[in-house]
Amino acid sequence: MTHASFRVHVDPDKCQGHNRCYSVSPELFELDDLGMSSEVGAGQVPAALVGQARLAVDNCPERAISLTETRQDGEGQP
Amino acid sequence: MTSRHPPVRDFAADFDHTDPAWVADPYPIWDDLRQRCPVAHSDRYGGAWLPVTHDLVSEVAYDHEHFTSRSVVVSERRPGPDDLPAPIGLSPPITSDPPYHSIVRRMLLPAFTPKPIVALEPFTRDLCRELLAATEGRTSFDAAADYAQHIPVRVIVRFLGFPQEDADMFRSIIRLVLEEVDLPVEERDERFTEVDAYMDAQIEDHIAHPRDDLTSFLIETEIDGHKLPVEQIRGTMILLMIAGIDTTWSSIGASLWHLAQHPEDRRRLAAEPALMSTAVEELLRAYAPVTMARLVAKDFDFHGHPFKEGDWLLLPFPAANRDPAAFEHADLVQLDRATNRHAAFGLGRHRCLGSNLARMELRIALQEWLARYPDFELSDPAAVTWSAGQVRGPRALPVTIRQNGR
Repeated sequence: MTHASFRVHVDPDKCQGHNRCYSVSPELFELDDLGMSSEVGAGQVPAALVGQARLAVDNCPERAISLTETRQDGEGQP
Repeated sequence: MTSRHPPVRDFAADFDHTDPAWVADPYPIWDDLRQRCPVAHSDRYGGAWLPVTHDLVSEVAYDHEHFTSRSVVVSERRPGPDDLPAPIGLSPPITSDPPYHSIVRRMLLPAFTPKPIVALEPFTRDLCRELLAATEGRTSFDAAADYAQHIPVRVIVRFLGFPQEDADMFRSIIRLVLEEVDLPVEERDERFTEVDAYMDAQIEDHIAHPRDDLTSFLIETEIDGHKLPVEQIRGTMILLMIAGIDTTWSSIGASLWHLAQHPEDRRRLAAEPALMSTAVEELLRAYAPVTMARLVAKDFDFHGHPFKEGDWLLLPFPAANRDPAAFEHADLVQLDRATNRHAAFGLGRHRCLGSNLARMELRIALQEWLARYPDFELSDPAAVTWSAGQVRGPRALPVTIRQNGR
């Protein structure tokens, strides 16, 4: 049996440092010295934080964040 | 404020952002233009354009080939040959274009990330409490003049390291730059000379006595091993001052104006403190204060409109935020709105540098206000006045206190 799992990614070319994602979920996003965001680690989203990940996507003014569903065995499924 | 210009008859062909109708209530004007145009034109200010949909506003914000930020305040005066040339502009980085823009912006960004802003929270909270304490015993006062306006002035003055007692003078400078855009060119230039002299005195004082503030930071900053020229330091300081004061004052004032008229929203915020984070974003969306501007960089066709080099373009992020194609129930304020990609702080490379600072000030200003005055209303809706120009917010906001929560 496979479970759906999710991964977030911040497109560094689109991020302008609004910091909305970081404010919604400091667990999933981190900021560099200039305030530009990236996903923590490989962007794996624990099941309990999927809602936060969606909120980050829905509140990014630059549409820089993507949330991808993957299978737990690692096969990508856009 | 009365406009020095003749009244507008048709905003599609002759718009003016200093017209009393626009100043009083621009939202129906933008709604109408969105249906009819959605790019309006005006021969005023030597020729200007106005796109009003979220799509078009975004398109312009991301387009650095056809538009320049060399001047971002529409007035009778365009940048001339004596002004710093593009891509630097008068007040970097807001008036700079790529690639120079990125260099200056990178220099400033570290000062505005969440960490240094969080450090200003206790100062801001104490300040709000102090301002509210000064209203104790009064059942009615002006929420814009007695409360909202003092918060960003004193915070930015502390940030820049200027004397606190100069706050009143700052407000007159801001009025000159942002509101008195229809002054004759000579008069406006003369007033700017005075502003430059004040800034130069501050810079000299900081060179003689360096301190831990933003002004000393700018003086000591180097780009490619070179210190910044004094006119650039001056321009950036004026920018930070203007960008940091009128805007946030407007946002705090407009939010209080909304809450004064919506008891159910006041009660919800009091009952659900966690709602404040989405509420702040929604109030920023619905009452975004800042309309930016661009100059057309070269002749081209913009969706069927013949844009000419040197034409002004007003970039109304507040209109984008009310576009029903981009936001459900765009004209309704929903404090728990979960999906909110609002553009109150702009889009693209020129995203407001101080957005973290502004959000912090707005949140704390509302929290402290509601803790002290959970129930209040407009004393006289007709007595509320709004600023003219590209930053919109209440300048007179008489309120009557119904309940003191202290």
